[in-house]
Order: sequence, then C-alpha cells, then structure tokens
Amino acid sequence: MGRYRGLFPYALAAGLIILLAVFAPYLAPMDPYAQDLSLALRPPDSVNLLGTDRYGRDVLSRVIVGSQITICSSLLLLVATTVFGSVVGALCGLRGGRLDTIVMRLSDVFLAFPEMVFAIAAASVIGGGIAGAAMALILISWPKYARLARGLVLTIRSMPYLEAARMSGSSDREILFDHVLGNIAGPILVTAALNLGTIIMELAGLSFLGLGAMPPAAEWGAMMSNGRSMIQTAPWVILAPGMAIFVSVAVFNMLGDKLRDVFDPK
Amino acid sequence: MKKYIVKRLLHLIPILLGITLLSFGLMRLTNDDAVDVFYDKNGAVSEEVKAARRAELGLDKPFLVQYGSWLGGIVTGDMGKSYISGRPVLESIMTKLPATVELMLVSILMTLVFALPLGIISAVMKGSAVDRVIRFLSFVGNSMPNFFVALLLIYFLAVKLHLLPVMGSSADWRSVLMPAMTLAVSMGAKYTRQIRAVVLEELGKDYVAGARSRGVSEAVILVKSVLKSSLVTLVTLLALSVGSLLGGAAIVETIFMWDGVGKLAVEAILSRDYPLIQTYVVWMAFIFVMVNLLADILYHFLDPRVRLGRGDG
Repeated sequence: MGRYRGLFPYALAAGLIILLAVFAPYLAPMDPYAQDLSLALRPPDSVNLLGTDRYGRDVLSRVIVGSQITICSSLLLLVATTVFGSVVGALCGLRGGRLDTIVMRLSDVFLAFPEMVFAIAAASVIGGGIAGAAMALILISWPKYARLARGLVLTIRSMPYLEAARMSGSSDREILFDHVLGNIAGPILVTAALNLGTIIMELAGLSFLGLGAMPPAAEWGAMMSNGRSMIQTAPWVILAPGMAIFVSVAVFNMLGDKLRDVFDPK
Repeated sequence: MKKYIVKRLLHLIPILLGITLLSFGLMRLTNDDAVDVFYDKNGAVSEEVKAARRAELGLDKPFLVQYGSWLGGIVTGDMGKSYISGRPVLESIMTKLPATVELMLVSILMTLVFALPLGIISAVMKGSAVDRVIRFLSFVGNSMPNFFVALLLIYFLAVKLHLLPVMGSSADWRSVLMPAMTLAVSMGAKYTRQIRAVVLEELGKDYVAGARSRGVSEAVILVKSVLKSSLVTLVTLLALSVGSLLGGAAIVETIFMWDGVGKLAVEAILSRDYPLIQTYVVWMAFIFVMVNLLADILYHFLDPRVRLGRGDG
C-alpha cells in the first residue's frame, strides 16, 4: 500500500471539495439569492466575510452554492464523456470493421476543431444554459476517450483470457463489460482525473461568456462575468469566485498528477 | 519528402469535408429559424414574405441539397451574409483576422521568451529551490482560467499600479500587452513544464554522458545537442497551442475589447448571427488543421528518425 500513501492528502482535499459542492446549500451561511440593495457592494467584514455583490447578496454564500453548479456539473460531464467515449472506443477496438472505420474517421473530424471554438459555437446553438454548455463539451471531448480506449483494447485484444472468454461463448457485451472495461480502466481514469481541472475551467469559461449558467444563478464563471465592470470599486466580487475556481482546479490537477505517478509510472 | 506532403494533402480532403459537414449540421441543431431571426431583428413582416424569403435562401430544400450549395459557396468564397450587418461574413472575418493573428504571435513570443529559459534552468537545476519555485509557478499558471488571469492583470497592472491602460485603443501599441500576457500565462506554464521534461530526458541520454566524458562543457552540450532536439517538441507544442489560442482569443478579446475574430464571434453568438458563427467555426478549424499539417511536415523535416521510420523520405 506504500505507493498510495502520497495520494492521500490530495484525495482528501478533492473529496472535501466534492462534499462541499454536494452539500453546498446546507453550508452557505446566508441565502445566496436574497437581495438587499442597502447592503450592495460592501467590502469584506465580519458579517459578510467575502463582501457583498451589487445586489447586496453575500459573496461567500454565493461562492459556496456556486460550487454545486460548477463542480457537480463538471463531474457529471466528465463521467458522461468518459463512459460514452470509452464504451464507444472499446467497442470499436473489439469489433473492428466498418464500425471502427466510421467512428475513427468521425473522431478525426471532431479532433480537427479547436476545442473551445467548437464548444462556444455548439453551446450557443444548443442553448439551454449550463446543460447546453455541458452538452457542447461532451460533444467535442468524447473522441479523446474513444481513441484512448480503442488503443488500450487493441493492446489486450489478443490476450489469452479474452480468447478464452470468446471460445467459451461469451457475447461481445459480456466480454466488454466483464473483461475489457475493467482492464483498461486505469489509464482512462488517470486521463479523466487530469482532465477535470480543464473541464471546470472550460465550463466556467462558457458561463463567463454568457453561454452557460444564467443570472441570477450563483455560478463561478457567471459571477465573475457580472462583476467585471466593478473591478475598480469592488474587486472582491471577482476575486472570490476566481480563487474558488483556481483552488479547485489546482487540487484536482495535483490529484491527477499523483494518480498518474501511482498508476502510470514511467 | 514531396511524396509525404502530397499524401498528407490527400488525407486532408475528407477532414475538411467533415469539418464543413459538421459545422453545417451543428447550426441545424438550433430551434431558431434563420428567417425568423433575421426578420425579428429588422421589424415584423407577414408569413408570406417569410415563406418567400425561405424559398429564396433555399431553406425549404432537403438538408443535403442545402449543404451542397453552401459548400459550393465556400469553394467560391461566398459564405453567406450576416443577419445583422448584411455584409458578407467572409469579409467580416478576414478584416478581423489580422488583429487575432497579431495577438497570437505576440503571446507566442512572450511564451517562448519566458518558458524556454525557465524550462531549461529548471531542468539543469533539477531538485534545487529554483527548480521548485519554477515548477510551482508553472503549476499555478496551469490551474488558472484565462478570464481570471485577464481580470487579475487588469486589477494589478492597470487599476493598482497604473502601468497599462485598462482598455487601450488600437492606436496604442501597449494595448496588445495585457491580452497577449493573459494567453501567454497558461501557455507558458505548459511549455515550461514540457521543456523541462524534454531537456531532462535528453540530458539523461548516452550521448550527453559521452560528450561529458570527453570534456565537452555543459553549455555547449545544452546549446548544441539538447536545444536542437527540444526544437522538435517545441514545434509540436506550438501547433497544438494554436487550437487553445484560437479558443482563448474569444474570451480574452471580449474582455479586453480587442477587435479580432474572437470578439466578433462572441458578438455574433449573442445576436444569434448564425451565418457568421458557422463561418467562424469552419475557418478556425481550417486554420488549426493547416497549422498542424505544417507542423507535421516541419517535424518530418527536423527529425530524421521520423523520416526514415516512415520510409518515404
């Protein structure tokens, strides 16, 4: 178990962030949507620890509640992309033939687009707030996982245990779920963990542009976008959600790096 | 070499077709009717006028027919007109492209100026305090979204220290500095990390040990051998960066009011100007694909192992 020891602090920090995000509404000290214009743009003090925004809403409470939208959506989006991409890619690797050719050519096309350019355009066309933004990111990022899973399957395809499963009459579906996915999960999980930080930044970026969460939703990117014009007078409105994004991305990136060191030592 | 280039160009055809088909199909995902959007912006008209307009634009035809005529337009340089300004979209994009290219070049230059020396120092002094500081900084830069970097730069450099104008006019050469710096932060962070890794890998190779044992100085080894082989990695990195630069430009140009394609596209999105968005997506993908092709060819040229490995040098 020695090699896992270095992992613990990062896993703990990441776990705490996820717990915070899940239980955010119970943890926020004030109502993040309660407006009181007489309290607008108050600098941080003992009542509003991170100050108030232009509608007098408590910034700390909004940052805490915002973690739910940003972190939970990013996690869901990552899981959806990883599972979809890996299953498609693994199937291509197992079956080969026409399915493989079509999906791989399709993924060539997706990979030819600059990621954020495609995501911005797709999010604007799909619409529907944060769900639309998440859809746009899934659409552009599944091919990476499909490629990875396919490559991994190709390396284990001729392993004796798969031959044995095939000869004993297992169906493709059984082989995929019972034997293949478990054996290729390691590298895919490491890739996904390394990708989470980027996804948080991209999703917040789409919200920043007005293509994700809509006001009055407390979402970190949208909060920063709304606070832009007040950067000279009330910088805390931007700094608080900005630091929240930075800290979560940093923690997930560190965890990803550690996971790679443990599972994929070079 | 020539054979390789021709082969790569032929490979490009299905990719380019795919890009256009996907971009065209993407725009069909919207619930908005193009004609409705157009006329709602320009005053209400009767349904008959709208129907006539749809027929004129060919919107009543099947998907593939519409795609075919749109593709024909691309080949002849006609990519439709903006719903908002009424100007040809290709012309709008081409007039804004130089500003975006300028921004990208300045940010690439900044990246190289910082990341090359930092990456090399970090590798040469591996394990030292300097190495740890550089690695920490590159980690921080890598974990900050560009819009946060942009706002921090505005806050510290413009609001607090008054070093740079918040929103420079295009006549002021300094106005490119902050947006370029924003893009350079995350790019520089990645490059520093990669350059450190490549230099470390090269330094661990037998030829370096050989050179050292023959008494060749560390400086000569670094410049003559290690840097030369790191160049290959740098070319690949640069080509990949163009993709994130083009995406990042949309956010950064919007924040700094930099008059490039990215800002144009974000404005088009907010006003649901679909022909412009479509053309923007297609063109950015074209540029990205072309830059990567160029990088591959250069890579081929720089690294004899790749050339011989594929057996068509």
